[in-house]
Amino acid sequence: MENIHSFKIKELLNKYPFLDSFFKNNTLKISGKEHLTLRQVFAEFDEDTLEDMGVEPQLFIQQITEFITQMNTFLGKDENKVKSVTILPGNDKSGNIEGFDKLVIKQGEIISIVGPTGSGKSRLLADIEWVAQEDTPTKRKILINNDIPDKKWRFSSSDKLVAQLSQNMNFVMDLTVYEFVELHAESRLVENKDNVIKRIIEKANDLAGESFEPDTPITSLSGGQSRALMIADTAILSKSPIILIDEIENAGIDRKRALSLLLSEDKVVLMATHDPILALMGDRRIVIKNGGIHKVIETTDQEREILSTLEEMDRTILAYRTKLRSGEIITKI
Amino acid sequence: MNLVTVSGPPSSGKTAVILKTIDALKKQNLKIGVVKFDCLYTDDDELYKKAGIKVKKGLSGALCPDHYFVSNIEEVTQWGLDEGFDILISESAGLCNRCSPYIKDIKAICVIDNLSGINTPKKIGPMLKSADIVIITKGDIVSQAEREVFAARVNMVNPAAIIMHINGLTGQGSFELSTLLYDETVQTNSLKGMKLRFPMPAALCSYCLGETRIGESYQMGNVRKMDFEEK
Repeated sequence: MENIHSFKIKELLNKYPFLDSFFKNNTLKISGKEHLTLRQVFAEFDEDTLEDMGVEPQLFIQQITEFITQMNTFLGKDENKVKSVTILPGNDKSGNIEGFDKLVIKQGEIISIVGPTGSGKSRLLADIEWVAQEDTPTKRKILINNDIPDKKWRFSSSDKLVAQLSQNMNFVMDLTVYEFVELHAESRLVENKDNVIKRIIEKANDLAGESFEPDTPITSLSGGQSRALMIADTAILSKSPIILIDEIENAGIDRKRALSLLLSEDKVVLMATHDPILALMGDRRIVIKNGGIHKVIETTDQEREILSTLEEMDRTILAYRTKLRSGEIITKI
Repeated sequence: MNLVTVSGPPSSGKTAVILKTIDALKKQNLKIGVVKFDCLYTDDDELYKKAGIKVKKGLSGALCPDHYFVSNIEEVTQWGLDEGFDILISESAGLCNRCSPYIKDIKAICVIDNLSGINTPKKIGPMLKSADIVIITKGDIVSQAEREVFAARVNMVNPAAIIMHINGLTGQGSFELSTLLYDETVQTNSLKGMKLRFPMPAALCSYCLGETRIGESYQMGNVRKMDFEEK
């Protein structure tokens, strides 16, 4: 590794196949030069040409070395199992200690987060993402697997602790569904890519009311289809063990199944919501007030019964929606 | 004083990120100033003033903005020292995607946004590749998949950088950035003799000197022609 510039390109590519895309993304043309070493490749260009390309050999060598180290750790490591996330109390905006002792969230659990807009939900989510160690404005402390977490969670780009799904997200790429998921799979260096892609599209279709094809352009998916694809893709392809959801709109998607898909992939799910049905779907709910956690409430049996009634009402409303959309006239409630 | 250079394509969210980060820095009782470099017009200085931050602006007008930056950065540093800042942040737009105002041993931050498209990291040269910290903005409006792909591509062109996501509207992530900016052991008293991390794009041709007519006979100096023979 120290003498990376004395290896032939061919040897490098054999040893580290992921370098192919590294060369492409750094716009270094290597085709026809496989028999040369990196040093020789650079020697072929004069200083002006290198400057034109925006390439500086010394920096390039440093970066390719760093990239290989990162990729090797990434490929070689065990699954980063996050079995639990623990939040230890800090204080609210006025400096009062938060209203709970210790909150342990386990894999496969859903926690809802409720509270008025601007009450401090974003800060809580940010504290978790940054694995706060009493060094954020709230002074909260986050433990992973009941232990002080590795610093890598803060800075690694391939190992983010938290994936986020939120209401106002859109697809902005001009690709088909298949190409899109493929791109994501490639960036994650997934093996048996085709199977994974197929599974994601199947699951997304499962969640969406109206089905779509692999060759549908992502920008022409309906709101419900987009959300379904985002959730299926995040559940299956995202490495992040914790998923933060900011509302799931109640249209064109089966929310209950969406949540159970995320849970079946061993995620910890945190869900900020104003919707009573989603709030009660959580095993527990965090109530946020004045920048701090005011209370942690366990969903009671009575609430679960009420949830069934609410869901029934929800279905009724949706049924009317469908009727109106298909041109029917409503005569009774 | 610590000097921090921030740059990034126009409208990527540099000002929003800096404003939110300063909010967090102020709580550490640090005195902060900003210098904003732009081409023809900017009213970002008003935004800084409104937030109670001392600001100077420099408009390059008809000059290359990054050449203008490097010709003035030492004077800007002296201004910052006179004002007694703990941190001086320079903000400049990378308009041609090739330039980079970063200085060796001075903290360099590049701001780019998720909406700019996944091939953008490949297109931006030294401004992205030689930054110490890369801030990715507008993550709240694209899907998780796109964010991950975008960050992976940034990592590929600059594996050594710290990559962070900041929401310029809510400020999520800016507190975290603020913890990386100030280092009291660093004292920058002058930039004289320091070097740019990368040479700026060169041009010295008749158009630099005010020529407006088109045609080969009007072109002199450092002129390059496209190759139409290339297959």
